[in-house]
This record gives sequence, C-alpha cells and structure tokens, in this order.
Amino acid sequence: MLQIKNLHASVDGIEILKGINLEIKAGEVHAIMGPNGSGKSTLSKVVAGHPAYEVTQGEILFEGTDIAELDADERARMGIFLAFQYPVEIPGVSNSMLMRQAYNAIRREHGEEELDPLEFDDYVHKKLDLVEMDPKFLDRSVNDGFSGGEKKRNEILQMAVLNPKLALLDETDSGLDIDALRIVSNGINQIKSSDKGVMLVTHYQRILNYITPDYVHVLKAGRIVKSGGKELALELESQGYEEVEEIR
Amino acid sequence: MSETDALDSVVSQPYKYGFKTEVEYDDFPRGLNEDIIRMISQRKGEPDFMLEFRLKAYRNWLTMKEPTWPNVDYPPVDYNNIIYYSAPKKKPKLDSLDEVDPAILETYEKLGIPLHEQKLLQNVAVDAVFDSVSVATTFRAKLAEAGVIFCSISEAVKDYPDLIKKYIGSVVPANDNYFAALNSAVFTDGSFCYIPKGVACPMELSTYFRINNEESGQFERTLIVAEEGASVSYLEGCTAPMFSKNQLHAAVVELVALDNAEIKYSTVQNWYSGDKNGVGGIYNFVTKRGICRGVNSKISWTQVETGSAITWKYPSVILQGDNSIGEFYSVAVTNDKMQADTGTKMIHLGKNTRSTIISKGISAGQSNNSYRGLVKIGKKADGARNYSVCDSMLIGDQCGAHTFPYIESANSTASIEHEATTSKIGEDQIFYLQQRGLDEENAVSLIINGFVKEVFKELPMEFAVEATKLLSIKLEGSVG
Ligand SMILES: Nc1ncnc2c1ncn2[C@@H]1O[C@H](COP(=O)(O)OP(=O)(O)OP(=O)(O)O)[C@@H](O)[C@H]1O
Ligand SMILES: [Mg+2]
Repeated sequence: MLQIKNLHASVDGIEILKGINLEIKAGEVHAIMGPNGSGKSTLSKVVAGHPAYEVTQGEILFEGTDIAELDADERARMGIFLAFQYPVEIPGVSNSMLMRQAYNAIRREHGEEELDPLEFDDYVHKKLDLVEMDPKFLDRSVNDGFSGGEKKRNEILQMAVLNPKLALLDETDSGLDIDALRIVSNGINQIKSSDKGVMLVTHYQRILNYITPDYVHVLKAGRIVKSGGKELALELESQGYEEVEEIR
Repeated sequence: MSETDALDSVVSQPYKYGFKTEVEYDDFPRGLNEDIIRMISQRKGEPDFMLEFRLKAYRNWLTMKEPTWPNVDYPPVDYNNIIYYSAPKKKPKLDSLDEVDPAILETYEKLGIPLHEQKLLQNVAVDAVFDSVSVATTFRAKLAEAGVIFCSISEAVKDYPDLIKKYIGSVVPANDNYFAALNSAVFTDGSFCYIPKGVACPMELSTYFRINNEESGQFERTLIVAEEGASVSYLEGCTAPMFSKNQLHAAVVELVALDNAEIKYSTVQNWYSGDKNGVGGIYNFVTKRGICRGVNSKISWTQVETGSAITWKYPSVILQGDNSIGEFYSVAVTNDKMQADTGTKMIHLGKNTRSTIISKGISAGQSNNSYRGLVKIGKKADGARNYSVCDSMLIGDQCGAHTFPYIESANSTASIEHEATTSKIGEDQIFYLQQRGLDEENAVSLIINGFVKEVFKELPMEFAVEATKLLSIKLEGSVG
C-alpha cells in the first residue's frame, strides 16, 4: 500500500529526513517511535504532502503510484489521512461543515453521489458514537477552543467519517486521559481492517496495548535505525533511545 | 501551483461591475465656487434654507484642511478639477419608470437591481442614484400606505422641508470635518427615509449608488429618521465603472433614532478599487453617524467594504438616550494597492448605554488595512459598557494590518473590553483542510468565510447572499 524508498526531505534547505525506507502493507500497523525532533512528524507530513517540505531524493509510492508530486488534497482524496500532532484551529468553520465538504469531495472523486446535509447528519452521528463524542462538537468551529484531548478525538472522528485507506496517526495518544485513550483506541481498532494500513507515531507503549503493532520502527535523526516486532516497544520503554544506536 | 499564487488569484478577481453606460449628460462646468453651489441649488429647485446651509458649509470648508491623520497616502486632490453636478439628460417623471433612459435601467439590471415594475426585488424598496441624481424609487405607494416616506433627498427637500430643516446636519454638522463640509456644500442626491411613530417599516429599504461619469464626483446625502417606537432596516450598495482616473465619493449619512426606535444600516461597498498597480479607483471619504437620541433606542451599522482605492470612514453612534445600544460590524477587504482606514466611534452619553464593535480586516497584495476606533464614555454614562473585537487576517507578506483603538473614559462605573488579533492565513490551516480533501481554492474560501462569519450573520438575508457572492466572486477561478 505505502512504499517509501530512500526518502530524503528538507525544509527551508535543512535536510530532516535522510534516507527512509519503509513499506506498509494493507492490514498492517506500523508504530514509529523515536526521540523528539527525530523527524516523525516530518515523515507524516511529507507523506501527506505538506507544501513546506521538499522531497530531494527517493520515492513515495501509494498503491503503486508515485505521489511525491501530488498536492495534499489529491493524496487525501486517494485515501491518505493524517491525524495531526497539533490539530489546526479554523475559527468560524463548523466541524460538520468541514467534514461534509471533505467527505463529499472524496465521494465526488470516486464518482459517488454527494450526501445532502440531512443524509450527512445521519452518517456523522454514527461515527460520533464510535468515538463517544457529544454531537455539540459538530456545530463548533473546527478545533477552536477544543481542549488538547478533544482535538485528538476530533481527528479520529474525522478519520472515521472520511474512511481512509492509509491512516497516519501522529501522537494521537498524547494528551488523552485514560478513558479517552481507551475510547480512541477502540475507535481506531474498529475502523482498522484488512484493507487498511496504519502508521502510528507514538512515544508510549500504552496505546500499543490497545492497538497491536505488527512492526515497530525507531527513527533517529532522520533515519530508521532499528525495526522489530511489538516487543521492541517494550524494550525501548525500559532502555530509552540512547542504547538504540549501539544495538544497530 | 504554489500557495502564494493560489492566494493571489483567490483575492484578485477582475472587477465585474466595471462597464460604463453611454448616456447623455447634463454636466456643470468643472470647479467649485459659490456660483456652482447656487446653480446646484437652483437646478434642484431648493428652498432658501437649503442654499444657505450649503453656502455656509462651503465657507467653512474653505477655512478647513484636508485631514492627514488617516493611515492612507494619496496625491493631493484638485477640488477645482471635479464636476460637481452631473445628471443624465433624460429626466424621469416621478413615480414612473417609463421615462428613465433605458440604458440606465439596463445598467441597474446588469448590476442585479432590476427597476422594472415586473421584476422588482421581493420586498425590497430601491432608490437608484445614478451619478448626481436619483433616477427611480420603487414601492413608494406601498410604503406610503404604512406612512413611511422613502424618496430621494432632492424630493424630500422640496416636499418635506420641515423634516429636512429639522434633521439635516443635526447629527453631522456642516462643519464636522473637511469632507462633511464639502458634502454639505455640494451634495447632489441620496435617500431620505422617515418612519413615523410606532411603525415597523414593512420592507427593507435600499439605495443603490452608481458612479458612471468619469469626471464627476459623487456627493450623496442620506438621512434616516425613526420616530418613537419605529424600526427600519436599510441597505446601501455601490459600484462604479473602471476608469484610470481617481474619482471622489464624499458622502454623508445621518441616522436619528428616537425613543425605542431601531435602525439597522447595512452597506456592501464595492466601488472600483483601481487596477493592480493602483491606477484609478474611487476615493471613498465618507462620514456616517447615527444618534440614539431616545431611551432604549438602537442603531446598528454593518458594513462589508470590498472596493475603493482608498476608504476613509467611521460609521459612529452617539448613545445619548439611556439604555441605548450601538453596534458596528465590519468586514474590510483590501487587495493590490488599496488602502482602508476604517472603524467606528461609540460615544456613550446616556446611562447604561451599550456598544459592540466587531471588526474583521482582510489584507492581501500590497494593501494597507487599518482599524481605527474610539470608545468614549461621558461623565454621566453610568454603567456604560463596550465590547470590541478587532481581528486582522493577512494574506501574503507584503500587506499591512494596523489597529488604532482609542479609549477615553470619564466614568469609573463603565466597563470596556477590547480584544485584538492578527493572524496570517496560515499555510498550516490550508494544509489541514487540503489534507481532508478540499482543494486549495475551497480551503481558502472556507477559511475566509469562517473569518467573516460573525459579521455576515448580521446582514439582512438579501444582502448576506449578495455579500457572500461578492466574496466568492473574488474567490472563484483561483486554481488553474
Ligand atoms: N521549518 C523548519 N525549519 C527548521 N527546522 C525544522 C522546521 N520544521 C521542522 N524542523 C526540524 O525538524 C526536526 C524534526 O521535526 P519533527 O516535528 O518531525 O520531529 P518529531 O520527531 O515529530 O518530534 P516530536 O516527538 O517532538 O513530535 C526538528 O529538529 C525540527 O526542529
Ligand atoms: Mg512530532
């Protein structure tokens, strides 16, 4: 589903990603861990097509197509979703309006009929249940004044609505309380399926207790320095990242 | 396409209303002197008091200096090179559209303001002002049934001299400021609305201003009086052809609300703003002020300013009556080389008076957008309250946004709250929306519409639709 080959990317002339190789197949969950500033968010944003980042070398293939030159919205409509580490506030734009426009844009892309506001309302309410969110969040401006945890949950609501093929979850667990972590994780597990891929960026083992990763990768200074199974996360939790380079 | 290109094209739509109508004109010679003023007054068949009002204003004006404090910059205006009266030759008969020059009717039709009886706008009475004269006022008979007077100010001067004498210059004195004095001397037409005691005006009233003549200035004058317990919603729209010369538009609007009366005044200003290099466009130097003279009265200004090369206007409210309410909702969009210095004054004199100011500035291109507001609390204004929010949004990095809030309080029981934010339309906001699947154009338009929402919801339905369209005209076709 996603193949990243020797990916180098820079921002403002500074190279952040220095040769990443990663393949995520349908049905797989890949956890990405690594110290602050190692390039985890950069990797997610580059895959999603943030215009500030320049791909200087390598390839990003999504379902066999090189997407490195495509605009972010084209990639989104192909089925790539990024749950932001820092969700952006958009004052005056209601959450439901954004989700309806986004959902319809994706449906249009696939030649499907758009949902009118009433139909969409039915649809979105089912998704609200999935993440146990109060309907009042539909009418509020996107992330505007949301608490940190509410923003994260809202990202997962949007993911549930848009139903992507590849989900890039950037520290979705950070800032969630214990109940919220369980609810959000359950939500993710319900959306996850054999035809979807998940890249899950996290600092903590605890979310991996709910969402079992098939692979764990350690990113350090723009490179994947170690990969392993789910036990690697536990190892890291006890040893920290200092040791990782030596293991390599 | 890069972010900046998309943003540029998003706000740089060509001006749709830039055509000129070919009509024959009855023009006065250029220049300004007492003879010209006498000619204007005579041509309009005005009573003596009006001529005296004009002459006094003119003499005052001669002693005044053009203000230099606004945060705008333009070459000196040659006031002797302007035509002060310009009327289409074919004059309409009162109450009949039959004799209006068909070219003019067509003009309004093109602008989306049909004046033909069969096609009248639903439930909106329109006064159409073409250069210096009012060419038509619709729905007069229906309004008359309710006792509402809605006519051109020229007719009102002749038909209701007592009302005019009583109220004209009572809110904006003839010597108030340079442009108000100029207007008082040479004003040519505009609208007059009078809502008698206890009457809720049965329909929206609106005036549509069109500058067509390249050489003339437009000096319109509007006066709205709401008697005790009366209420009215009034809309003003404006456009002009594209000329390479700058044209002067110096209007005065006065609103008077007596006890328990309510006036809602909405403007969508879309004068020609000049080309990309700042050549041509309207100088929009306007004095708008309302007085809440009576207790529990309310005056609300809503403005959407999208045009003009330079805008200089501060729709204000004098809150004289106890418990009266003043509101100012504004969206000002500047682009290319446009300059706007706009805001409001809320003058609290009565007890428990309340005012709200919501100002949203959007600057793009190399434009300059300033908010300037004064909240003044008088000694006797016990319990007065003001709440102000001024938000600026910058598109690109060559434009400027400034806020100049002034607060003067002489009463310690007053409460004044001011919030201001400046944001750049963020690459991150656009990326966020694009990441959800919206194309760049939609993303930008959604962000801008969200930004102005608080103000647009104050517009009457008819205008909200027009204003949203106007914004989306500026937004359409940006990706390509
Ligand atoms: N515009 C920029 N200019 C310069 N450096 C940048 C820019 N954007 C990101 N960086 C740098 O790139 C590096 C990687 O950042 P990134 O956000 O990808 O880290 P991260 O692994 O997600 O960290 P965290 O765990 O703290 O979220 C950091 O050192 C950051 O400072
Ligand atoms: Mg990060």
